[in-house]
Amino acid sequence: MQPNNTTIDIAHIAMLANLQITDEQKAKFTSQLSSVLGYMAKIQSLNTTGVVETAQVTGLTNIFREDVIDKKRMFTQVEALKNAKRVYNGYFVVPAVFE
Amino acid sequence: MLLDKTIKELSDGLQKKEFSSEEIVKECIGTIKNNDQIINSFITQVDERKILDEAKQSDKMRKDTSSVLHGIPFVLKDAYVTKDIRTTSASNVLKNFIPPYNATVYDKLLSAGSILLGKMNMDAWGHGGSSENTDFGPVHNPWDTERSAGGSSGGPAAAIASRMTPFAIGEDTGGSIRNPSAWCNTTGLKVTYGRVSRYGTIAYASSFDTVGPMGKTAEDCAYILEAIAGVDSNDATSSSMPVPAYTKGLQNRLEDVTIGIPKEFFGQGLDPEIKSAIDVAVKEFEKLGVICKSISMPMFEYGIPIYYLIGPSETSSNLARYDGIRFGNDRTNFSDETMRRIMIGTYALSAGYYDAFYHQAQKARTMFIDEYKKALKECTVLIMPVMPTPPTKLGELMNDPLQNLLADVYTVTQNPVGVPSLALPCGFTKSKLPIGMQIVGSMFSEELLLRIGYQYQQVTSWHTMKPIMT
Repeated sequence: MQPNNTTIDIAHIAMLANLQITDEQKAKFTSQLSSVLGYMAKIQSLNTTGVVETAQVTGLTNIFREDVIDKKRMFTQVEALKNAKRVYNGYFVVPAVFE
Repeated sequence: MLLDKTIKELSDGLQKKEFSSEEIVKECIGTIKNNDQIINSFITQVDERKILDEAKQSDKMRKDTSSVLHGIPFVLKDAYVTKDIRTTSASNVLKNFIPPYNATVYDKLLSAGSILLGKMNMDAWGHGGSSENTDFGPVHNPWDTERSAGGSSGGPAAAIASRMTPFAIGEDTGGSIRNPSAWCNTTGLKVTYGRVSRYGTIAYASSFDTVGPMGKTAEDCAYILEAIAGVDSNDATSSSMPVPAYTKGLQNRLEDVTIGIPKEFFGQGLDPEIKSAIDVAVKEFEKLGVICKSISMPMFEYGIPIYYLIGPSETSSNLARYDGIRFGNDRTNFSDETMRRIMIGTYALSAGYYDAFYHQAQKARTMFIDEYKKALKECTVLIMPVMPTPPTKLGELMNDPLQNLLADVYTVTQNPVGVPSLALPCGFTKSKLPIGMQIVGSMFSEELLLRIGYQYQQVTSWHTMKPIMT
């Protein structure tokens, strides 16, 4: 499954990644991603039959903590809103989901 | 100058009142003024009056029992959140972000009594190996200011080399501590995954990211690691393995050590001057009683694909949170390199490609872990180059996205496996550019790596060389 210009639908990938790209960027990124992914496709030549995946290397499983509030890690409303561009009555203003 | 001294020498001098913390900080302020207009290693400097006050305070408070790091200034890669101090990750997305809390590593250094000088330039989000993918202008290499300082922790390494700070905290996801250390002639340690808390670190690839020390010597790194390592209830992936006294065993000799030289890491593509510098280092180790032997790690060629499929996949998920609503600017502020990495990851995780790319890379990762285990059963540690070439001219790597990724070929294989690696200076090219090597060990073998580095630095002087500008 070597990717080439025809298999990378850059507009679709950008949409999934929530990135806006211009027509000029579309052409540039298509060619750049094709060359990078073409190189990475080498991974498919490796025989991994019967190999289990590794997602993390800590050797740890199921780290629990008490389900209690840690006040040291709480922000005041002022702190939480401090970096927001748009606030209203102590709330974050977000773009409308429904028009 | 005071800043040529190691952490231990500075600490001893402070205890004996040969000089004060205020004098060290003044010297830092002076070298920053003289050198950083050219080097561009700082993104944000902490107010001069504030750090001078902290130094004076520290001189008053010092006790016999104070930490070795007490009154010693340091810098943080701008990937760590610092309460009320701007934190950017070198991206316009976070250009004006003032964090409301501290990263654990920063809190630990504050409790030790260290003084933060500033937040350092880097490749945005850790995405790069040359500190050119930054929205704050590239970092210039103090050894040749037309060249790259390496990356992504280029600011911290360049600042240590040009004597603006005694030490730094870097972050290593695929070589980001080791590779600027090699290009700037400093010493840096990529720790075992989980050895140091990642709480408050701006995530690149969460299953690869490590927080580690950068200094002039292996001994410096040992003192820093003693202060920052350990389990943290705020990071569930931090390890509860006991933290050894890393500085205690440094004097022990190396007769128990076997160094493996994986032949695949010394093949085509490695600059001949780097290869011969490491050959000389191997001879130096043999003089120290170490057995050195050639081994084979045939999985090497899959290192780049494993790293550049899993890393971008994780980053595409981590960076999805930056929408400019609660903090930061919107997604139109990502650089081209960051957009490429987000899209490579999105592609590798998308329907139809998930099995062939992401899934396959996670299986290959298991095979790589087995290969490292096998090599490290045969030998105590492994020696490898850090970078395939000496520092490149600024612009060279940025113009070719694939070449830019391939520059990490020797440093990307340790992070998916989790093993630690110490990068340290081992020579210079004919044109006086620094060469580094790395010593890689088993999980949680930092004590051994630091001892090997320390013993090597007792019989060599590469780490004491500094650029002309200082």
